Parts: sequence; C-alpha cells; structure tokens
Amino acid sequence: MEVKETLREALVKLIEAAATSLPRDVEEALVRAYEIESSPAAKSFLKAMVENVKIARKKKLPICQDTGVVLFYVKVGDKFPFTGALLSSLREATVEATRRVPLRPNTIDVFSGKNPGDNTGRNMPWAEWEVVEGEEAEVTVMLKGGGSEVVGRAKTLVPAEGIKGIMKYVIEAIYEAGPQPCPPVIVGVGIGPTVSVAMKLASKALLRPVGQRHEDPEVAKLEETLLRAINDIGYGAHGMGGKVTAFDVHIDYAARHPASLSVAVVLGCWATRRASMRIKKDGKVEYTSHPELNEV
Amino acid sequence: MIRLKTPLGEEVRELNVGDVVYLTGTVVTMRDAGHRRAAELFARGESLPVDLRGLALYHAGPVVRRAGEGWEVVVIGPTTSTRMEIYEAEVIERTGVRMIIGKGGMGARTAEACRKHGAVYAVYPGGAAALQAEQVVRVLGVHWLDLGVPDAMWVLEVKDLGPLTVAIDSKGRNLYEEIYREARRRIDEEIYPRLGIK
Repeated sequence: MEVKETLREALVKLIEAAATSLPRDVEEALVRAYEIESSPAAKSFLKAMVENVKIARKKKLPICQDTGVVLFYVKVGDKFPFTGALLSSLREATVEATRRVPLRPNTIDVFSGKNPGDNTGRNMPWAEWEVVEGEEAEVTVMLKGGGSEVVGRAKTLVPAEGIKGIMKYVIEAIYEAGPQPCPPVIVGVGIGPTVSVAMKLASKALLRPVGQRHEDPEVAKLEETLLRAINDIGYGAHGMGGKVTAFDVHIDYAARHPASLSVAVVLGCWATRRASMRIKKDGKVEYTSHPELNEV
Repeated sequence: MIRLKTPLGEEVRELNVGDVVYLTGTVVTMRDAGHRRAAELFARGESLPVDLRGLALYHAGPVVRRAGEGWEVVVIGPTTSTRMEIYEAEVIERTGVRMIIGKGGMGARTAEACRKHGAVYAVYPGGAAALQAEQVVRVLGVHWLDLGVPDAMWVLEVKDLGPLTVAIDSKGRNLYEEIYREARRRIDEEIYPRLGIK
C-alpha cells in the first residue's frame, strides 16, 4: 500500500477510536466521579454514563449521538517526509469515517444552509499545524460536540483585574453554562496578549490528559484552586446537583501586552473525545492514546 | 427508583423533583422542526399524527438505519430542551402528554403547564447514546420524514428507558431553577469571599 493510503486508513481508524472509545484519562475521571458522588440523581446519571462508555467501546457505537465536528491538531517534524500526503488525507479520512463509523453529518454551510452530508465544508475538517524539530509527525483528532461549544467565550480584561479577574471570568462562565455543556466538564483556559491567542491556547489545553498539571507550579496551583472553586458551585453531573462539576482545569498562557490581559474559556463535555497517533519516518503508524489499536 | 408504564395517568402528579424514573412503553420524538409543525397544526385546529395522551414526548433526534421494511435505532440521545420552551405549554395542553423528556431544563411556561395538566419534565443524561439505544425495543413508526431523520416524529417502544430524573414536577418545583439559585448563593457567599474576589 502506498503511504498515502496507509495514512488515510490510519486516520479513519483514529477518528473511529475517538468517536467510540473514550480516552483512558477521561474514562478514569468519569469512574472516579461516580465513586465519590453522593447525590442520588447525579450518581445514577454517572452510572449510566460509565455503562454507556463500555457499551459504545464494545459495540463500536458512537458514545454520543452528537459526533461533533472534526478538528485535527498536527505536530509535524521539519524532516518528516510525508507532510503533503498527510495534508490531503485529513479530508478524505473524514469523509470515509463519516460513512463507516457512522458519524452524524454535522457540517452546515453558513450561508447556503446546505449540509454536504460528509462532515466537510469550507475550512472543515479544521486542522491546526505546528512545525517542530524531528522526523516524525503526531496527529490528534478531537470530535467537538455542539453543546459544550455554545458556552465557549473570550474577553480582554484590563491588566489591573489580574489573576483574580481571570478566576472570576472562568467561574462566571461555568455558572452561566449551567447544565448545557454536559458536565462534568474539562475546562480549558487560555491567557495571553490577544483573544485569538488566548482562545487557541484554551482549545489546545483540552488535549492535555485529565490529572496532568501545568509544568509551572504557580499555574498548576491556579488550576487546582479553580477546580476546587468550580466543583464547589455544586452543579454535578448534568446539573443534577452534586460534587463533580469539572474533571479538571487546564490553563496555558502566553506573555501578554502591557495594555491587555486576554482570557478564553473552552469547555469539553464529559465525553471529551480525542485520539492521537504518531507517524514514523517510514510511514508506519503508532496509536498513542488507544494502544489497543496497535495490536491488530 | 420508580418504574412507570405508558399510558401514564394521574400517578404522574405524585412524582417529585429529583425522583429517578425508568419508563416502559411508548415515547414519541419531536424536536425543533417537529414542534414548529405541531404549532402550525394546532393553529389550524388539526391534531398530531399520533395521539400523545398518556405518552411521553422526547426531545431527541436519533441516528437510524433501515432494517428490512422498518427502521432500527443506531444511537439516540436527548437534545437541549430550552429551544422547545416556546411551544411546549401548548403541546401539553392540547395533547394530554404526561411526560416531556430532554436535557438541560425548561422554563416557567412549561412548568405552569405541567402543574395545570399533571405532567412532568424529566431529563436523560446527555451523551449516553449507546446505552439508550439498548433501551429502545423497536421503532413502531415514523411521521414527518420530510423534515429529515433527526427532526422526524419517531414512535418508539422502550423498555426501562432511564435513568430519567424529574426536573419539573406537577407541584410547581423546578430542579434547575433551584440548582442555579443555590449555585449563585455559593459563589457569592462562599467561593468569592474565600478567593478574595469582589
């Protein structure tokens, strides 16, 4: 098989894994939430969600009927030999995965209102490329549902508002989102000189595994403080009232401008669906988030 | 845990906010476009293709596939109910439906209609679509397919559909309103003072 075909096939499998098999870190957080929850309604919901994840994986069914929009995050080495093949495979794999999994066709043209039925459209599937040193490439796919996205937001604060201003902005975002983003959520927070930088960092923060802290101890501490505050709000699973409103808070930042302190909040639903793979310089693929795929 | 069967009747009035219910019987799906069409039919004095009296109405758009002459549900799950708020009170009043199922909560007009006509609004955990597909026994029929698969009116036989949590009961309580109010109180009185936020 040519490298391009191998890559396309590998990407279809990656999308299928994302849609049907919750990443281990998210599943563990879900099980933990079920174990510690004491509110009966939230606990019964969490139990159903845990069971749902198992059924979806076993039967290769989508975890959620909203299979989201397809977002790719690509890290490509400067000496990786198949950048072109990878670039053209992303769209083809999306079309094929829509048919095969099946995914719900979710992309709608903004102006004509037409749905092509294959999860593609202008600029979709979305892909963010980053060039790094090396011979390999790493691809992560995220299937982002509508419910958690409608409550994403960004704002430029006055620098005098400081870290407390950021905390307040995040807490109010969670308060107003209520049950809409299907909690327990993963909270991505980006801070930086512009709203676009902050939003980009916030979106990417959702890729970090649940439970992993930022490498800067001060940021890590802020993540913990915010996580506790958000869980103290008491929404619980699906807003039923309970202990676990968020699985985790992930913050990333860029140096700011003297006049601006931009902050962005992006939420991942309880079923934050992502899958990653590494492509070697010989074109061989290794699944990193779903290692069980390597054995087949 | 409470088990209920359709046709539902006055026993619905005994349910309380927070009760966890499993439902067996007939549920009918209707979401955005379906509610719009229902409103048009009511305005012309016509009725829905399915008599909803004593049944449950579900805010959901399933993924389905053909199975011989009929249909099979691949996965199904609730959609956000607030979009149906402007229509629901009239649906409850005109049809005698006893249970509305969705996610995310509904507003004051629906709550008032529930109180008046002895209905409840219950929520299903969003995103638990594979589990729920197992609770659908079969597709009894479909109407309004011209609206597209998600928006069509699917008539489903379900067994132990749940967990459903009663979020609006017939006694005037609304779970989400209470939880929002308590969340605001905790933020203002406990969380912000602790963090030194004004």
